[in-house]
Amino acid sequence: MSSTTQVRESRGGRTKGPARQSRTKGSTASPLLSWRSMQRIKGASFTWPFVIGFAVFTLLPVVVGLAQSLYTSKTSGLGFGAATVSFAGFDNFARGLADPVFWESMLRVSIYAVVIVPVTQVVSLLLALLIDAVQRRVANKFRLILLVPYMIPGIVATMIWIYLYSPVVGPLTPVLNFFGLDVNFFSGSMIWVSIGNLNVWGSIGFNMLILYGALQAVPREIFDAARVDGASEVRIALSIKVPYVQASLVLTGLLSIIGTLQIFSEPTLFRSISPETITKDFTPSMVIFNQAFQVGNLNYAAAQSIILAAVVGIASVIIYRLTNKVES
Amino acid sequence: MTLTSLSTDSLKADEASEQSALKSRRRTRPKRSSDDDSELSGKRGGSRVVVIIGLVLFAVYSIGPAWWLIVSSTKTKEDLYTTDAMWFANFSLFDNLTSLFTYQDGIFGTWMWNSTLYAFAGSIGHTVVSMAAGYGLAMYSFRGRGTTMGFIIGSFLIPGALLTIPSYLLFVQMGLYDTIWAMIIPAFFSPFAVYLAKIYAEGAVPSELLEAARIDGAGEYRIFFQISSRLMTTAGATIFLLHFVGSWNSFFGPMVFLRGDDKWPVMLGLYSWLQRGTDSTVDLTGLVITGSLVATIPMVILMVAMQRYWRSGVAMGSLK
Repeated sequence: MSSTTQVRESRGGRTKGPARQSRTKGSTASPLLSWRSMQRIKGASFTWPFVIGFAVFTLLPVVVGLAQSLYTSKTSGLGFGAATVSFAGFDNFARGLADPVFWESMLRVSIYAVVIVPVTQVVSLLLALLIDAVQRRVANKFRLILLVPYMIPGIVATMIWIYLYSPVVGPLTPVLNFFGLDVNFFSGSMIWVSIGNLNVWGSIGFNMLILYGALQAVPREIFDAARVDGASEVRIALSIKVPYVQASLVLTGLLSIIGTLQIFSEPTLFRSISPETITKDFTPSMVIFNQAFQVGNLNYAAAQSIILAAVVGIASVIIYRLTNKVES
Repeated sequence: MTLTSLSTDSLKADEASEQSALKSRRRTRPKRSSDDDSELSGKRGGSRVVVIIGLVLFAVYSIGPAWWLIVSSTKTKEDLYTTDAMWFANFSLFDNLTSLFTYQDGIFGTWMWNSTLYAFAGSIGHTVVSMAAGYGLAMYSFRGRGTTMGFIIGSFLIPGALLTIPSYLLFVQMGLYDTIWAMIIPAFFSPFAVYLAKIYAEGAVPSELLEAARIDGAGEYRIFFQISSRLMTTAGATIFLLHFVGSWNSFFGPMVFLRGDDKWPVMLGLYSWLQRGTDSTVDLTGLVITGSLVATIPMVILMVAMQRYWRSGVAMGSLK
């Protein structure tokens, strides 16, 4: 503190004020240590609002969820009267692990994720390579157009595609009929293709942006060197550009797998059009929602949420390990 | 971050230099490689056409559905079913808008207002809390800092599905359930936004500046509000924008935490119409289409106007 005061005095001409100086002197009276720790406390206090909110809205729910999953509540008789809550141990988990409806939905979504995430990646990569192959001026024009799907809210995008698929108002059915194809986009065999197309449409623009950014960072001299050596443009794309963006591919892939396993809103919207194809237990998130708010068994729903979270976690770890192994 | 500074300021300069470079290349190349390169350049011309065709196809794919939405929202209910889906018929956009905003005593207006309120109030609190926390974590060392960072990184792994049911129970207990606060207050606290703010503060706020301000007698809070927060404007705008868009698009949260339709945001409201449109005698299809367009326009304007911010958000996100 003494050094601070000295500095202040040496530039006293510029800083105005005996008033301020007296304030500084007042604080010099307190020992050095407390001034530093005061600063620390003030620094820490910047994080307090977040820490409190984080504890209440993230950590507490995790604890509550774990606690809820260990109990069970039963209403006596016809559902009137107070429910009796009793400790059930791991009964809910045992039930969840053996629940065929829950695991069917998990299998359905896992297969979908395993197919659609790589497809989205490949299409996004193709798009990024295409846009990287043209001049910057042309690329900028296309880039904004290609980002239009990213700007459209997900729910609206789902509705648009539901109507496009619809045989009544949509243009796709007449066009396909013209080519002699009769496709029902809402049938059991087509529903995942329909949702998958919607997903690809919505996410390639954004993924392209990330990959394009990564491609721009590749030193251009490498391409010239490869061209001199007689490599074709396709060969350059596959052997130089793709390896360069692998890290970005892993990142976007990981994020979309985590998101896809929890898919809820798209199937829910499709369900309002074809409830016979998309059952109320179509995806794990829908099973949980149904269990919690239609059946009303919150304890069991909490246990199912934990199982889903565990599956998501294990899947991310496995993918992360695999991709790291491939890279090294 | 480099993306941000690059994208707007030096884009023009970039283009100019690139064009001149191109010109010079065009001039020199034919001289250097007269005969043996001609086949290659012919091939390149061919592959260039393929590239452009590919991009045009992707552009049509991207923009087609948006085009359909715009066209359909200008049609009368009858034309929607009878005319060519991708081209205009009798123009009745204003009639559609009138019926959209008057149906059910104008509940669509309420939904739009709710969405706007949740997005603005949530994003302001979200930005202030995250910026302060990120700044504190970046600029000060204090006990518990490491633990806080550990929790923030660790919480990235918690899937949203895990939190929903317990949050519902908690909100019921706290009296937040089915109030507007359930959409606003929990939105303030996002580990990812804090992480973005911390990363940005580390690069943008020099600690020498803080020392200088302290020597001049400024308190820690004053330094933050008057100096540091201004240096962190880009991060603040990015965090604000990303949350604003996320809040506008949210669906699962409102579905679980809100019951009364007078508190719904516009996405949930449109969903309720979509659901009803199929199982009753009233045909709501036209309203859903026009409503979708109205609910999308603010997002498109916002995203186009603030391109540099969400692009820098992309860059920051890929640092993660």
